[in-house]
Amino acid sequence: MAYALQQLINGLTLGSMYGLIAIGYTMVYGIIGMINFAHGDIFMVSAFIAVTAFTLLAAADVSSIPLALTFVLIVSIFFTSAYGWAVERIAYRPLRGSTRLAPLISAIGMSIFLQNTVQLTQGARVKPIPPVIEGGFEVWSTPDFTVQVGWSQLLIIVITVIMMFAFTWLITQTPFGRQQRSCEQDRTMASLLGINVDRTISFTFMLGASLAAVAGVMVTVYYGVIDFYIGFLAGIKAFTAAVLGGIGSLPGAMLGGLLIGLIESFWSAYLWAEYKDVATFAILCLVLMLRPSGLLGRPEVEKV
Amino acid sequence: MSTLLSVRELTMRFGGLTAIDQLSLEVPASKITGIIGPNGAGKTTLFNCLTGFYKPTTGTLRLNHPDRGEIRLESLPSHRVARDAQVVRTFQNIRLFPKMTVLENLIVAQHNVLQRASKFSIAGIFALPGYRKAEGEAMARAGTWLHRLNLEQFADHAAGDLPYGIQRRIEIARALCVNPVLLCLDEPAAGLNPRESAELNELLLYLSGELGIAILLIEHDMSVVMNVSDHICVINYGRKIAEGSPEKVQNDPHVIKAYLGEDDEDEASGGIAA
Repeated sequence: MAYALQQLINGLTLGSMYGLIAIGYTMVYGIIGMINFAHGDIFMVSAFIAVTAFTLLAAADVSSIPLALTFVLIVSIFFTSAYGWAVERIAYRPLRGSTRLAPLISAIGMSIFLQNTVQLTQGARVKPIPPVIEGGFEVWSTPDFTVQVGWSQLLIIVITVIMMFAFTWLITQTPFGRQQRSCEQDRTMASLLGINVDRTISFTFMLGASLAAVAGVMVTVYYGVIDFYIGFLAGIKAFTAAVLGGIGSLPGAMLGGLLIGLIESFWSAYLWAEYKDVATFAILCLVLMLRPSGLLGRPEVEKV
Repeated sequence: MSTLLSVRELTMRFGGLTAIDQLSLEVPASKITGIIGPNGAGKTTLFNCLTGFYKPTTGTLRLNHPDRGEIRLESLPSHRVARDAQVVRTFQNIRLFPKMTVLENLIVAQHNVLQRASKFSIAGIFALPGYRKAEGEAMARAGTWLHRLNLEQFADHAAGDLPYGIQRRIEIARALCVNPVLLCLDEPAAGLNPRESAELNELLLYLSGELGIAILLIEHDMSVVMNVSDHICVINYGRKIAEGSPEKVQNDPHVIKAYLGEDDEDEASGGIAA
């Protein structure tokens, strides 16, 4: 029982990160109807930006953890959203209006480019940083197992919840959110009402990237090691999460992320840890076969 | 009578197909100009050129904006046609934002005002006073149009769930929220019952007569076109074949020929009397 509770906490932590990345997939899909295959690498870049920022802070002898974290988050969000903007500008906008496959290929190109750039400039080895947040507290102790919640886990879950609320509010309540939704529902009409669709799409990429940046900072804090290849797996898993929740649906992406995180940690704990990726991808296959619209997505009914 | 929009030798080709061929047309301010013609005559293509959706092959579209002077519509990207030129259109097949509420549909149309007030969302995010005032005004304007078009009870319904006739009215209300100087309506009476189309007539006359909005009206329902238009332009195969008052156009032999086809026996006399 205690062991299961521990897995639940681990799964929620992992799921929060997947969920944040998944939102980027789902938003971009919502607005342009295409998967941004460079998104996983945007996340990877953000983790590197976070490591760089942490290293700079360490060099500057900043010891206050809240201050350091805030700084790293801001820096990472800023630069990562610039990357998101650039991906849209380079790989998507020039190809808008061409065949649907073209931007997909160029996005994969961006993904390879980002991976290789980071590999060349940062090296292929894993990059460790000293633990930023250490320790935790015991929640429940039984004779054979003690349930522990790390401060970093708590922080990740809390920040994710805050980001979720802020984000939902941004989409449902603000003028930007209204524009974003209108472009999602009918791009041509939105443009005819005076909405700058290009700019809205750019903002959407930047928003997705900044949520990925938050996840990137979390990964750095939680695991303490990153390498240039983490974007691939995390990206595909977050994509699975977005599909599971219903691609195009924001609450769906979050729900899908949490479910994938939980399934992964329970699978590793009770079955075979080395096959945890198999579990995730089996889910992707099952969802695509049995319920392509996902858990919260509504099937698209085309009216003629 | 001042000219609001002047279309000069507009040509729009798609590959080998010439949808509009050397079309010239004047749209007077504060009047209703009807555009009629058989299916495929190029009426909707004209609207698409006006709103920046198509770039015309050749020709000019000059809008004489009451506050901003001459604006060349053919060189504006489509989002600036609504923002800078205040020209807005509706669609033959309704294009509301189906998952938004009716009120949200009307607020989205006013986003330029809101965005300026919100300093591109920053003030909007923190709900600063300037933004809240602008949003209040946007709500008030939306409310006015909802009231005028008798849509108040639907304000919080998802637009896509409402009946067809009501969606038509919402589309017009949304276009009006842009504060148009030129309102282009693409078959607004299609699918309306006789009572609804009589209400539409009344609304169109109110908009042009009381508010001074120029209206460009594509319509197949002759009870609407002939009753409200000040001036009618007939297009066939992308060319203007007749122009003038409703009475004049109704009796024009070219128009009758275009609509009813040519009668072999009366060919020499130039058509049949309708």
